[in-house]
Amino acid sequence: MEITALLEIVDVSRHFDDFVALDKVSLHIEAGEFFTLLGPSGCGKTTLLRLIAGFDQPDSGDILLDGKSITSAPPEQRPLHTIFQNYALFPHMTVAENIGFPLRMAGCAKKDIQARVAEALENVRLPDKARHYPDALSGGQKQRIAIARALVNRPRLLLLDEPLSALDAKLREQMQIELINLQKDIGITFIYVTHDQGEALALSHRIAVMDQGRIVQVDVPERLYGFPNSRFVADFIGKCNLLEGHVREQQGDSVTVELDGLGVVHICRSETKCVAGSRCALTLRPEKIRLATTVSPTEDESHFSGSVHDMLYLGDVTVYIVALANGLLLEALLANSASGRTNFFEVGDPVEVAWSCDAGHLVLG
Amino acid sequence: MQRKAWYKYLLSLPPMAYLLIFFAAPTFLMLFATFRYAGEYGGLAPWYLQEGGRLTMDLTLENWQRLVESDIYLRLFLKSIGYAVATTLICMIMGYPLALMIARSGRKHRDLLLLLVILPFWSNFLVRIYAWMIIFSPVGALTRMLNGLLDLIGAAPVTLMYSPTAMLVCLVYVHLPFMVLPLYANLEKHDFDLLDAAQDLGAGKWRRFWLITWPLSLPGITAGSILVFIPVLGMFAIPDLLGGTNGIMIGNVIKQQFMESRDWPFGSVLSMVLTVTAVAVVLLGSRLGARREGR
Repeated sequence: MEITALLEIVDVSRHFDDFVALDKVSLHIEAGEFFTLLGPSGCGKTTLLRLIAGFDQPDSGDILLDGKSITSAPPEQRPLHTIFQNYALFPHMTVAENIGFPLRMAGCAKKDIQARVAEALENVRLPDKARHYPDALSGGQKQRIAIARALVNRPRLLLLDEPLSALDAKLREQMQIELINLQKDIGITFIYVTHDQGEALALSHRIAVMDQGRIVQVDVPERLYGFPNSRFVADFIGKCNLLEGHVREQQGDSVTVELDGLGVVHICRSETKCVAGSRCALTLRPEKIRLATTVSPTEDESHFSGSVHDMLYLGDVTVYIVALANGLLLEALLANSASGRTNFFEVGDPVEVAWSCDAGHLVLG
Repeated sequence: MQRKAWYKYLLSLPPMAYLLIFFAAPTFLMLFATFRYAGEYGGLAPWYLQEGGRLTMDLTLENWQRLVESDIYLRLFLKSIGYAVATTLICMIMGYPLALMIARSGRKHRDLLLLLVILPFWSNFLVRIYAWMIIFSPVGALTRMLNGLLDLIGAAPVTLMYSPTAMLVCLVYVHLPFMVLPLYANLEKHDFDLLDAAQDLGAGKWRRFWLITWPLSLPGITAGSILVFIPVLGMFAIPDLLGGTNGIMIGNVIKQQFMESRDWPFGSVLSMVLTVTAVAVVLLGSRLGARREGR
């Protein structure tokens, strides 16, 4: 049985002079997926999006939609649309003319266009804005009109290039929820580009983490966060403590690791295949670390003592930077759940930290 | 807040005063002059003492009557408007691709190309027109080459000098930068994402031009057209030097009234009509530009 993905990217490379923007990138994106390309600026995610949209051509490799190559098709002939970072609404056209633009280009009858524009405006809950010009809209409204325009002729794929980056934090969260619901309702595949890892985790079914023109890891958000395959991913997604060390021995899924300057820790239910003696890092999320004056560790837990080096009160949580015996700084969180109590510790207080054997995840190299 | 407004008025005082003294006041004086008699030796008929010692002057509608009595002045105005329209259109057709090309070229080339556009300004206006006289002269290389070619195909020889063609070529030559520069300033600010978006939504390159670039450049076209149309409308130097006897425009007649004929009141009448025509064109143009922009 042959399974074809909706969009296949096969060994795509793109160079700009000496700069390698994309280096043999391959991806499969399924129909109905909310797929995110995530990475720091300059990692190649926008270049890849422009190749998919057709604004740029790969130096080598192929892009297939429904199993057919679209690599040489110009953008106007690809059944997919892009939401631009600044929305790119046509300033000299009304909202209705903007939304009707792709239908007009496709040669639809005037009546049809009117009906479908009205329907699209209903869908984004801005039915009274048809005669307005884009200048008269707020950022969130522009965003919705851009989405309505891109979806009005039902493309196979919607490409979104950091569409929320121009919005303020509150509106962004609201638009994130709208995007998730919209994608669920219409079932059109979204390919979303962002450098914001929190946004990627919140929105996506699957995420491809990119760095320096390569894809580092493709996985669902929970696995990316919990089981990063490299220091880069561990560090880029969420906050992470990286404890350097080397592998002592592995027996099945339990590994013994000697952490530099700290001593031996035990890791259970490990998913990493490792060889004794190899360098590794234990990735440890701040929220998985227990912090107390005396932690009274259970048998499964590793524990160390140190002192509070710095603290950041964030309202919902307080971040403590704990200095361990070897001078290593470890980040841990305490939720400020008890009423009225904001500070559990002060800078300089001696504290103990502990984490369970399945809290950390090993990355090699 | 109060302080800020006060400063603003203070800053605009010198230019306002300048315009008031050197533009608004003379315009009103000129309007007034259209109702007066010409002086015996040029200028205006002087004020005189009436019986009883009141200082007075005679007013008349004769000058305005003279304007409408024959159609010669209407025809001159129409001819001038014709030249202005033709020059504006040719400048637009030739200037648009040039401005677009400069706006879309790389930073490095852009400055050089702009420099080339304004290069003619480095030499004197009259000198440049004299240069055209040499080019168009019956013994000049251009005319002789053209007539040589015409002779080969058995056609009659032509003269370029003192022809409408020569006038138009020179008018376009002088005014092309005034079309290119505002157009460039407009086109250079266009957001390329809009073109990408239009292409993404299914527009081929002609539709991208006619539906996006062209309507967005209308303010630039309006500005450029006004900058070309108005000076051409009142032009007298080029018709004087290149137009010959049939080439005179309304500007030449106005100059004639003030200089040779010494009929200031009638010269003022023609000037006022010219000014009103120019203002009407500007208003019409900006209205049109504003509407097409959708505001």
